[in-house]
Amino acid sequence: MPRFESIDHLREYRRQLMAKRDANQPQVLVCAGPGCLPMGSEEVAAAFREELEKNGLAAKVVLKECGCHGLCAGAVRVLIRPQEITYQHVTSEDVPEIVEKTLKEGQVVDRLVYEDLHTQEKAAYKKDIPFFKGQMPIVLRKLDIIDPTSLDDYLALGGYRGLRKALMEMKPDDIIDAIDHSGLRGRGGGGFPTGRKWRICQEVEDEPKFIICNGDEGDPGAFMDRAVMEGDPHAVLEGMIIGAFAIGASKGYIYVRHEYPLAVSRLQLAIEQARESGFLGKNILRSGFDFDIKISRGAGAFVCGEETALIHSMEGNIGEPSPRPPYPAQSGLFGKPTVINNVETWANVPEIINLGADWFANIGTEKSKGTKVFSLVGAVNQTGLVEVPMGTTLRQIVYDLGGGLRQDREFKAVQTGGPSGGCIPAQFLDLPVDYDSLQSVGSIMGSGGMIVMDTSSCMVDVARYFINFLYQESCGKCTPCREGLKQILFILDEIIHGRGQEEHLGLMEELCNAMSAASICGLGKSAVNPIRSTIKYFREEYLAHIRDKKCHALVCRPLLKYTVDPETCTGCLACVRECPVGAISGKKKMAQEIDQELCVKCGLCYEACQFEAVKIE
Amino acid sequence: MDLPRLETILSRYEGESADLIPVLQDIQDAYSYLPKEELHVVSERLQVPLTQIYSVATFFKMFSLIPKGKHQIKVCTGTTCHLKGSHRVAESLSHRLGVEVGYTTKDMQFSLDTVGCLGSCAQAPVMMVDDKYFGRTTVDKVPKILKLYK
Amino acid sequence: MVWKISDETAYDTLGDEVRLTINGVTIRAPQDQSLLVTARQNGFEIPTLCYHRDLPSEGQCRLCVVEIGEHPRTQIVNSCTYPTQAGLVVQTHSETVVQSRRIVLELLLARTPKAKLIQELAAAHGVYESRFKTDDPEELCILCGLCVRTCREVVGVSAISMKGRTPDKQVATPFMEKSSACIGCGSCAFVCPTNVIPYTEKDGIRTIWGRDFELQACNVCGNYIAPKYQLEHWAKITGDPVETFCVCRDCR
Ligand SMILES: Cc1cc2nc3c(=O)[nH]c(=O)nc-3n(C[C@H](O)[C@H](O)[C@H](O)COP(=O)(O)O)c2cc1C
Ligand code: SF4
Ligand code: SF4
Ligand code: SF4
Ligand code: FES
Ligand code: FES
Ligand code: FES
Repeated sequence: MPRFESIDHLREYRRQLMAKRDANQPQVLVCAGPGCLPMGSEEVAAAFREELEKNGLAAKVVLKECGCHGLCAGAVRVLIRPQEITYQHVTSEDVPEIVEKTLKEGQVVDRLVYEDLHTQEKAAYKKDIPFFKGQMPIVLRKLDIIDPTSLDDYLALGGYRGLRKALMEMKPDDIIDAIDHSGLRGRGGGGFPTGRKWRICQEVEDEPKFIICNGDEGDPGAFMDRAVMEGDPHAVLEGMIIGAFAIGASKGYIYVRHEYPLAVSRLQLAIEQARESGFLGKNILRSGFDFDIKISRGAGAFVCGEETALIHSMEGNIGEPSPRPPYPAQSGLFGKPTVINNVETWANVPEIINLGADWFANIGTEKSKGTKVFSLVGAVNQTGLVEVPMGTTLRQIVYDLGGGLRQDREFKAVQTGGPSGGCIPAQFLDLPVDYDSLQSVGSIMGSGGMIVMDTSSCMVDVARYFINFLYQESCGKCTPCREGLKQILFILDEIIHGRGQEEHLGLMEELCNAMSAASICGLGKSAVNPIRSTIKYFREEYLAHIRDKKCHALVCRPLLKYTVDPETCTGCLACVRECPVGAISGKKKMAQEIDQELCVKCGLCYEACQFEAVKIE
Repeated sequence: MDLPRLETILSRYEGESADLIPVLQDIQDAYSYLPKEELHVVSERLQVPLTQIYSVATFFKMFSLIPKGKHQIKVCTGTTCHLKGSHRVAESLSHRLGVEVGYTTKDMQFSLDTVGCLGSCAQAPVMMVDDKYFGRTTVDKVPKILKLYK
Repeated sequence: MVWKISDETAYDTLGDEVRLTINGVTIRAPQDQSLLVTARQNGFEIPTLCYHRDLPSEGQCRLCVVEIGEHPRTQIVNSCTYPTQAGLVVQTHSETVVQSRRIVLELLLARTPKAKLIQELAAAHGVYESRFKTDDPEELCILCGLCVRTCREVVGVSAISMKGRTPDKQVATPFMEKSSACIGCGSCAFVCPTNVIPYTEKDGIRTIWGRDFELQACNVCGNYIAPKYQLEHWAKITGDPVETFCVCRDCR
């Protein structure tokens, strides 16, 4: 990789690169994204390497391990180009057949292609699969086709063209105007207008200035930031370099959670490549502009996703948020003006500069522009990452893209916005999703987690789950959040144990009002959303727990009873081996019995039984 | 105290107070915990009060003041995994290893912890042993996974 | 720009006077001074627990909240760190503010049922008993952080800090052991609003944070002044011989 001495040099290099590349060369793109990796991407890629070698195709066929291909439910996915055949559930055993049939003979391996759950129709090509058809990828565009460790791949797809344009044709003010014009709002939660944030920081007369990329991604159920950092790291860097040039920052940091080791190493490699090629460091592309980026690893605290807490932890302190003002854009890292944006926000910047603010502003709704990446998970058939224009309805996302609910169960709610979001019931399925509409129904966009729940989820349990999560993650600094969460958790526990009272609902609402008004940071302020939304939309479920002592979804353990059906029990003793308290007894090959006094209702027996002889009521 | 090992870690940094968390992370990775004596040295070198180090070490989940096991098992209890019954995976592990969540086996082989979302929600329930992810982990897969590390 | 919230002690360093309204009354006050100080200087009472005029405010207790802005675009902020600005419209006792303060006090009363100050403050706000659950009836610490800030900012030694997070957070010396940094000055115990920090003086020995400090008697009158260790610490930082500190204030 050369060090680019000028803009022309870069342009010339890219021209040569494109001339060398043959668009018709066969490519095997194995997904090694967050969804496929745990299902064996590495083994599949290794099998391809071996098989291609064996067949003398190693030089002819390009093999890449890429980022998320989107439809993670079909892990491990493999994309074959140039035909754009997409295979799913690929294991290393399937590899010889793919090489033989598809790569050598140009045929499709039927048993590995997508099949519509309802019509049983098969579709081998990406363009024919409904999941992909309804999307508009901007941030995810390159994820399934580039090798995230290759700068050439990024350049070949127009990478660093935005930076080139920013440095060559634009002044810092023009860049901020463009971002402002585009209507881009922060993708990390609050939806604050990005251009306005940059302008505030640019106008503060103080030096040095800093740029931070927030890759803490703490919301359980969200993995788009991980997918982007792992799958297209240069896009994040390019966005940051453009932002730094616009506000006049000399140093940038990427804060990544430590549970994402691969994201850290991919970003690290990308930073080194960018330095080597002159996109980072002193005198970037000979423009006279200096900027460099460093990675900071999180240390395991959800609250550190909050900007002031994040800054404190980068300074070597505990992650306690502090009251604003001052805002980081005025006084942030080391007391200096600091722009902090989310991974997805940064990844949108190069394309906006490249294709223009008007192009971006034409996508989306009146107040929310562009696209949003959602991680669609939970009880839907097609779990994965989707990127749709703002304003797409929940129904389109859940049913058209997600393929509806698993086993055609009944839709109960969709939870958006992570632990600080709310549960949205079926009556709002036709809601066009954007920042403001989600807020109007008591939830938030958050970072874009979308967890679909069917009737097997208990909403009291869901509320308790989030409150417990937040309780453990509360930094403990301010009274309403610290003590309030503890008391709400206590009340929910009472309800789940069948000791709830109807007054408890009012008491929780009172607590919510004080927490949302008086907490220091967003954690305490929005911790009320899961409570308020479930009480509002699923009040009967609370009342069933309180009045009838019943959990109709069969989730709240203390209200359940486990028994063995003597008719179906084969006496295999699988349950006996699993029971942690020895509550199950009986002779081998005879029906077993559960001692209700001893049973701790963990449900391990239920899961261990292969014959569905353990019953819950 | 293993001073040379600590020196190697400290030499990677410029010795500023803002290096505190990265230094502690490296110590945690290398020693599997934060030994007290080492923290005293860190306090002197980075000119950071011991109180600040202690509050950081007790605030963040990745730090431990007592030794952790050779293998770190993390069971995801993120939302999706929770809804798919990850607590049962955690309980099964706890039962088979004979330790509570948050603790380390007597033979120092395994530490069992739960974490918020590992980012592989599409394959819930997910667990991680050291740097390797395992998807769709049901209770019956637990013994097979453990065998890989025994 | 260096952002600093100033208070009475730094009055002369403040910016220009600006006009704002508090509870409908127009007043003038120095820009950037905290709203809390501005309100109090003008006779508006706002309760506080974690504020101290000699310490930087961090905003822990949330009792000092006020409502700013005009309906419907109002916002609740803590007045101890919010800067006084031109044209601000502030309400110190709006419905939301009063309700939040009550709940905060009710929560604190559940946390520290025996803390006298909390009982009194709660009663003054019409809260006589808490509907919430108490874990430890002996708990007294409200986690206001005054002790930690005093030791760090005023005493300058940082011998204690917060440990952990969530309601289990607690004030502690490093590793919960005797702290070598502590000089036994007792400032943390004096500043603590609920008198949590155990502190005894007997036979010329002061005991605090589990450590015994020998007290120095005044060379003139013989009354105890302070721990010898503390005087040595002063000598070290001022460069004066330790003897200069061995005469009490009255005899000097
Ligand atoms: C408790 C809490 C957790 C947060 N976690 C994240 C996170 O993981 N990632 C993120 O980008 N923003 C997170 N935020 C939002 C950040 O504070 C900040 O607003 C955001 O990074 C700004 O970037 P944006 O304008 O591009 O969205 C969190 C906020 C709160 C209150
Ligand atoms: S709201 Fe919660 S997390 Fe935020 S500062 Fe207060 S205690 Fe900490
Ligand atoms: S007595 Fe010790 S802990 Fe308390 S303020 Fe003095 S030095 Fe700090
Ligand atoms: S010990 Fe006293 S001063 Fe220190 S935090 Fe607790 S209540 Fe506040
Ligand atoms: S990770 Fe492979 S498709 Fe998402
Ligand atoms: S919830 Fe378990 S991986 Fe996301
Ligand atoms: S006095 Fe302002 S928050 Fe405590």
